[in-house]
Amino acid sequence: MRHGKYPFIVGFLFAPVTLYVVFVIWPYLQAFYISLNAWRGFAVPPRWVGFDNFSRMLFEDDRFWRAVWHNGILLITLPLITIAIALFFAFLLSVGGKSKGGDMAGIWGSKFYRVVFFFPQVLAVPIIAVLFQTVYRPNESGLINGVLMKLGLDPVLFMIKPNLALPSIIAVLVWQAVGFYVVLFSAGMGSIPKDLYEAAELDGASRPRMFFNVTLPLLRDTLQVAWVYLGIAAFDAFAIVNVLAIADGGPDGATTVVALEIYRAYGKNDFGYASALGVALFFLTITFAALTLRVTKREAIEY
Amino acid sequence: MTTSLKKAAPARPKHVRGRKSAKSDIRLFNGLGQLALVVWALLVIIPILWVFLASFKNTTEIFSSPWTIPADLRWENYSRAWTKARVGDYFLNSVWVVAWSTFGTMLLGSMAAYVLARYEFWGRRALYFLFVAGLAFPTFLAIVPLFFVVKQLGLLNTHTGLILVYIAYSLPFTVFFLCAFFRTLPTSVAEAGIIDGCSHTSLFFRVMLPMAKPGMISVAIFNIIGQWAQYLLPLVLVGGNQDKWVLTQGIAQISVTAGYEADWSGLFAALTISILPMIIVYGIFQRQIQSGLTAGAVK
Repeated sequence: MRHGKYPFIVGFLFAPVTLYVVFVIWPYLQAFYISLNAWRGFAVPPRWVGFDNFSRMLFEDDRFWRAVWHNGILLITLPLITIAIALFFAFLLSVGGKSKGGDMAGIWGSKFYRVVFFFPQVLAVPIIAVLFQTVYRPNESGLINGVLMKLGLDPVLFMIKPNLALPSIIAVLVWQAVGFYVVLFSAGMGSIPKDLYEAAELDGASRPRMFFNVTLPLLRDTLQVAWVYLGIAAFDAFAIVNVLAIADGGPDGATTVVALEIYRAYGKNDFGYASALGVALFFLTITFAALTLRVTKREAIEY
Repeated sequence: MTTSLKKAAPARPKHVRGRKSAKSDIRLFNGLGQLALVVWALLVIIPILWVFLASFKNTTEIFSSPWTIPADLRWENYSRAWTKARVGDYFLNSVWVVAWSTFGTMLLGSMAAYVLARYEFWGRRALYFLFVAGLAFPTFLAIVPLFFVVKQLGLLNTHTGLILVYIAYSLPFTVFFLCAFFRTLPTSVAEAGIIDGCSHTSLFFRVMLPMAKPGMISVAIFNIIGQWAQYLLPLVLVGGNQDKWVLTQGIAQISVTAGYEADWSGLFAALTISILPMIIVYGIFQRQIQSGLTAGAVK
């Protein structure tokens, strides 16, 4: 393998590494530097201001804190709700059916359900957001309010009422994510040896018992992955808020997230501040990932 | 199996009763479960079906009878969406950009991953780490400098710029995944190839790449779906020229203008145009798509 090795290695790495350094690494490094500058607009060059952007962000910007708070809410609710629903469905689809001598089968039609549930994952988030704009519309042309108003009820103002807007957005994110995790957990459950269920059934364990005492502990690694993935999604949420929420994370900032604040600052050509917000988002994400991996780290269960 | 059951039964007679109540438990659990499954399936299907129906209605119908079958098949909604609202342009732009960027990602990503996985050289670990580190950074951190980098290269508002940036941002996951995949391939085949006088390059393209096909397909699907859904990068990089817009930003814009012009049927037709092809593609490649997207999580 020695013949002409180095020219080959350099030849293969040159294009990908160049592209990656120019468009990814270099901008990321610059972002940290820009965050320490006041830089508004194209005409004025950046001016060094140290940590001014960060003190403005931490002490003067209410919207930043609201955004962090909303990301926090997403970080708790999105994984909890999605994982709970997905686990329930995955369990039903994998071992919910009738059992013949401990041989667990999925519930009737499990293949169909898996295919349908997964579909929203294939759609782009902005398209889903526009779809749900029409579902949530506050008059008779909305899918939900069309029914409610036909029944003589008052329309529900999903995206207009401040305390309803964020839950409505979370519902859409859950709607999209569940199917992916059903498939992921089903795969995990499929690798659990059948004889464990067999033994549990012989001992007279009910289905819920089996779920909590057999399935859940053995799915630990998959659950950890799911939690990290959903957490990362909760830190983004830009596309859905930008398209679905009214008035830029409105009403009145009720749905704004850090990513949207970054985009808003960028849109106002407030480049230094946008980068400072980006740095904050970076540290939030890293802290979350490190914490999750640390907290959930435990010895794997051997089977 | 049966002997152990016989042995256990007399020793623990209370389990006989336990099994009976477990049976009725199962029935209740299954009943509720089946119901929940049907409800969720409807939650997924109904909004999409409702959009399809509404795409054939006119505005009066949309308001007065949102739940009925359309009175006529109004194809003019589609022609309006395709040409006037430019969904056609956006759709074709998306196809063009994603086709090239996925091709580029797979080519460059597999080349880098192969070398990093199978060759020992100075700086290999550092380079691998550099690629994988990209997974930890949110793209939002980069948007300001990225905008200026692309602008300085004269690639702002061009598909070339967008394609190159898509490739660059898809490399971390692609390299990470394919590196792990190339490491699992047997070394004997490669050694045989070298003895037969194969060059390193043709060894890669003729032997190793075909062997890595399952992994390549998974990552390609992952990249196609990810790049198709991109919203932030096109907003920042081609936002200034509407001719270059991709489907995601186009649809978001159409929903805004539909509000001004009260052209709801056009919006529904535009939505259908963007959802229907995905249903067809998903229907055909359903199995590959599911395993491709979850492959990243399972590792």
